[in-house]
Amino acid sequence: MTTEQTDESASLAPGQLALDFTISQLKSQDDKQLVAKKQSTKRTLRNTGGRAGRNGASRKSATAESMAKQQREISVSEFFAKNRHLLGFDNKRKALLTTVKEAVDNSLDACEEAGILPEIHVTIKQTDQDRFRVTVRDNGPGIVKQQIPNVFGKLLYGSKFHRLKMSRGQQGIGISAAGMYGLITTGKPIRIVSRTSSRSTAHQYRLAIDTKKNRPDIISDDAVEVKWDHGTEVSIELESAYNRGRQSVDEYLELTAIANPHAHFIYKPPVGESIEFARGTEKLPAETEEIKPHPYGIELGTLMKMLKETKTTKLGPFLTGEFSRVSPAVAKKVAVAAGLTASTWVSGVNPTAAEKLYAALQQTKLKAPSTNCLAPIGAEAILSGLLKGIKAEFYTASTRPPNVYRGNPFQIEVGFAYGGELGSDARDGDDNGDSEPVQARVIRFANRVPLLYQQSSCCTFKSVVETKWKNYGLSQSSGAMPKAPIVILIHMASVWVPFISEGKEAVADYDEIRKEVKLALSECGRRLHQLLKRKRKKAAYSKRRDVFTRYIEEVVDAARAMTIFDKKEFRDSLITLSESFTEQADMEFDDHGKVIKRKQVPGNEYGLADTIVVDRANGDPPTPQLLFGDDVNEDEKPAKATKKSTNKKRKRS
Amino acid sequence: MAKKTAKTGKKSLGKGSIATKKKVSGRKRSSQGTDEKLRELANRVVEMAREQQDPHFSIPTRALSNIAFNEKTKHIELGGNKQSRNFFNYGQAKRFMQTLLVASKCKELIGEDKTASIRQIYYRAKHTIKGTNEKTFDDQNESDPIIEDLEVTLDTLREELHVFASNRGNLAGPITLVDIGNTLDCAAMGSAGYAVPSIVEPDVVQFKKCDAKFILHVEKDTVWRRFHEDRFWEKHKCIVSHGGGQPARGMRRLLRRMHEELKLPVFVLLDNDPWGYYIYSVIKHGSINLAYESRRMAIPSAKFIGVSSFDYDRCNMSDDVKIDLDQNDIKRAKQIANYAWFKDKRPWQKEIKKMISNGFKMEVEAMMSKDLSYLTEEYVPMKLKDRKQWLD
Repeated sequence: MTTEQTDESASLAPGQLALDFTISQLKSQDDKQLVAKKQSTKRTLRNTGGRAGRNGASRKSATAESMAKQQREISVSEFFAKNRHLLGFDNKRKALLTTVKEAVDNSLDACEEAGILPEIHVTIKQTDQDRFRVTVRDNGPGIVKQQIPNVFGKLLYGSKFHRLKMSRGQQGIGISAAGMYGLITTGKPIRIVSRTSSRSTAHQYRLAIDTKKNRPDIISDDAVEVKWDHGTEVSIELESAYNRGRQSVDEYLELTAIANPHAHFIYKPPVGESIEFARGTEKLPAETEEIKPHPYGIELGTLMKMLKETKTTKLGPFLTGEFSRVSPAVAKKVAVAAGLTASTWVSGVNPTAAEKLYAALQQTKLKAPSTNCLAPIGAEAILSGLLKGIKAEFYTASTRPPNVYRGNPFQIEVGFAYGGELGSDARDGDDNGDSEPVQARVIRFANRVPLLYQQSSCCTFKSVVETKWKNYGLSQSSGAMPKAPIVILIHMASVWVPFISEGKEAVADYDEIRKEVKLALSECGRRLHQLLKRKRKKAAYSKRRDVFTRYIEEVVDAARAMTIFDKKEFRDSLITLSESFTEQADMEFDDHGKVIKRKQVPGNEYGLADTIVVDRANGDPPTPQLLFGDDVNEDEKPAKATKKSTNKKRKRS
Repeated sequence: MAKKTAKTGKKSLGKGSIATKKKVSGRKRSSQGTDEKLRELANRVVEMAREQQDPHFSIPTRALSNIAFNEKTKHIELGGNKQSRNFFNYGQAKRFMQTLLVASKCKELIGEDKTASIRQIYYRAKHTIKGTNEKTFDDQNESDPIIEDLEVTLDTLREELHVFASNRGNLAGPITLVDIGNTLDCAAMGSAGYAVPSIVEPDVVQFKKCDAKFILHVEKDTVWRRFHEDRFWEKHKCIVSHGGGQPARGMRRLLRRMHEELKLPVFVLLDNDPWGYYIYSVIKHGSINLAYESRRMAIPSAKFIGVSSFDYDRCNMSDDVKIDLDQNDIKRAKQIANYAWFKDKRPWQKEIKKMISNGFKMEVEAMMSKDLSYLTEEYVPMKLKDRKQWLD
C-alpha cells in the first residue's frame, strides 16, 4: 500500500523531472540503475492508470500472495528522491536556496562546535541555461577523511539526530539530499574538499548516492592542494533558477547575517558584485550542552519506551538519570505519588503503573529545563545584527526565559527595528499621501536559521497577527499584520524545533510556543510604544514650533503694513516668545499641572533595556562594534541591563 | 458724517433724496476712524510682543451663547462675551495671522480709497508663506468670517472697511432710487428688476420717489419672478423683493431703510420650513451671527404672512406638495421654537407645533401647483386682507 501511494504522489513532478535528464550524462553504473528504476516507476504508473480506467467487473483481483511479491522495503533515499518537495526541492528556485541553506547551516554548526568564528564563502556560478554550481566553503574544523562519504553520501546520517542539543541541522538529511538532487538533475556528483589542519593534506571526494541502498558511491578520492588551513568546501551542481528579492539566496544570507552577527559571509552571486556581510560581534554564541528530556510534556508512550530501554534497574535512578531536572528527592516524591517507591524495579512497572507515574510526573512541580542547553542569540547580538542589517531608527530586543514544550526546552527571542529607511508610519501622516502604507515584515529564525517559506502557517507569524498592535501604537486591521515600517525578528532556539515539514520552513503551532512569542512581542511592543509616544509627542511639539516660526514673518509684515515700528525688534521679541512658549510645551505635566522632571539615564535617554535609538537625521549611526565592543569594561553596562531585565521577567512569571 | 461725505463724496452725487438722512445709531463712524482703529490694532500687537506677552485680539463672541434678545427694541443684540485669539496657541496661530493679514488688506483699501469684494480680499490676502508650500488661506470660507470678526472687534461696519459682498436680491415696484448718481425707476428695470447692492447706505443709495404702500419680501428668485411677471406690484402698489434665501446685509439694510424712511410696512412670504421661520426672524430681529448689525437692520414690525402650516388645510392643497420632514428639520424647528423671540409667542408656538405634527413642509411654489397664478391672484391677496392670518 505504501509503495503505491508513493508512486502516485511521485507521478508528475518528480517523475517527470527524473526523465528529463539523459543517460549519456551519467557516468557511474549505479546512476544507470537509478534511471532504470525511474523508468520502471513510470511503467508501473501507466499500468496503474490503465487499471483504474477499466471496468470493475473485468478487474483481476490481487491475492495476498501476488501482493506479497510487490511488498518490499523502501530505502529512505529512494523515498526522498521521489518526494523531494518534502525536503525543500519543490521548484528550481527553491532548490538553489535549499542547497545553499543546508551547506551554510552545516558550516555554521561545525564552526561553532569547534569554537571558531565562522568565515563562510558562498559562490554561485551559472554553468548553463538553468544550471548552477553552488560552492560553500567554511573555516571549520574539517571532516575526517573516512567520514566524508557517509556525511555527504548517505541520508539520515549525522551527529545531530540522536541527541537533544541545539543545532541548526537536526536530522542529517539536508546536505546529502541537496547532493542527491544535484545528481538527479544534472548527473554531476557532489564534490567535497576538506582539510582538518594546516599539517594534514586536503582530501577531495567526488560522491554519488546509491538511493536504493542509501549509501555513498565514491567516484574519485584524491589528495589536493588548497590555500586554506582548515575547513570544508562543498560543491554541488544542480538544475535551478536564480532570482533576487523575497525568498532568494540573497535574502537568506542577509537574514542569516542578522541572526548570526558573529559570522562573516562573502557571497558571490551569479550576477553582479560580490557582497560581504561583515561581522557584528566577535563573541561566539555560548556553547550548548546535550540534555536529557524534561518530564513535562513527554508522552506516555515515550515514557513507556524509556522504561523499556533504560539500563538502570531501579525507578529512582531511572528518573534522576534519564530526565533532566529530577533530583533524588523529587524522584522519590514522584514515585510515592504514583503508588511506587524509589527502589521499585523498573522492569516491574506495568502499563497501569506507568500511566500513574506519567500523571505524577506531570503534576509534580519541577524546575524549568536548564538553559545551558540553549544558546539564544541574546538581546545584544540581535541588536547588533539588526543594526548592521537594517537602517532603522528604533531597535529593541528581548529574550524570554526558557520554557518547555513536549519536554523540549525552547527559548523565544524577539527583536524590532522600526522607522528610519523602512519608511514612514501611516499613523504619523507626515508623508504627503503619495506613498503606500508600509507593511510590517516578519523575519523568522529557528536555531539561527532563517525561515523563508510558509510564513502564514508558522506559529510565530500567527502570534504576530494575533497580537493587538494598536495597544503598542501601530495601526492594524483585524486579523492582519500591523501597518507600520517595522521589521519583527522572531527567533526560536530549541534542542528540537518542531517543524511542520522536513523542509524546515515553519514552526508547528504549540500553545506554549505561541504564548512565549506573544509575551516577547508584547515586551518589545511596550518599549516601542513608549518610544513612539515620545516620538509622536516630540513631533507634535516641533510642529507647533514650526507653526509659530512659519507665521512670524507674516505677522511682522501684516503689522508693518498698518503701523510704523522697528521690524527687527518686533520680530526678535516674537521669536523669543515662541521659544519660551514651545519650551513650556516640551515639558510634561502631571495631573495637577505640575512639571514632571524625568531622570535621565546615562547612555540611554529612554531608560529602556536593550534598546537603541538612532537619530538618522543627524549623521551616521554608531557601528555595532562601538556599541558592543570587545572591550570587557565597555561591554559590562549593556550586559548588566540585559540581566536586570531578565531577572525582572523571571520574578513576574 | 461730514468727513464721510467728503471722503466718499464722488459717490454721492444725487443730493435730492426725498428721505432725510437719519443717523441710524449714535455711534460715530467714518473710514478715517476705522483707519485709526486698524493702526491701533497693529500697535497693540507690537506692544504686547514688546512686553513679552502672548499677542492676542479680544473678539466678541458671535454665537447663540453670546446674544441677548432686547425685549424693548425687539432686537437681537450682542452680549459682552469675548474670545481671545492668541498667536502663541497652536490652534489659533493661523487664525491670528490671518486676522492681521485681512486687517492689513483693509487698511490698504482705505489708504487707496478703493473698495473690494470679500472675494477680492480673499485673493489679496492669499499667498504662499515663505519657505513652505502652505497658503495663508485655503478657502474663502476662512477669510469671510475674519472680516466679520474685524467688524465686531473694531466696532466698525463692513463698508467702513471698504469691503462689500456680491449683489444679492432684487426688487421691483413703484419706487425711484438714485444709486451712485443714476436715477433708477424700479418699475421699469426689465425682467430682473433692481439688483440690490451690498452697500446701500445713504451716500450710495437715495430714495427719490415712492408710490408703494407696502413691501412684500419673498424668499427666493423663482417666486419673485412669478410676482414680477404677474405685475403684482402694479396691481397692489407695493415693492416686491427677494433675498435669494437668507437675505444678505444689503437687502436687509435696504428693507430697513425703506421701512423706516418711507414708512412702508413689511410683509414676508417664505417657505413653510424651519429655514423660512429663521429668515423671518432675521428680517424681524436680526441674525445671531451678525447680532451687532441688528440695530441697523432689524424690522421689528415685519409680519409673516405665509406659508403657514395651517394653509395646507385652509387652501385645500393636494398631497403632492408635501415634503417629509427629516430629523434635522424637526431638531431645527424645536431649536427655533426655543429662541427667546419665539418662546413667548403663542401663535408661533402653535405654528411650529403644527408643522411638526403635520410631518411635512411646503415651499411657496406649492401655491402654484393648483394654478400658476393662484399665488399672486388669490393666495397672497387673501393673506394680506386677513390680519388674523398674520404671524407677528
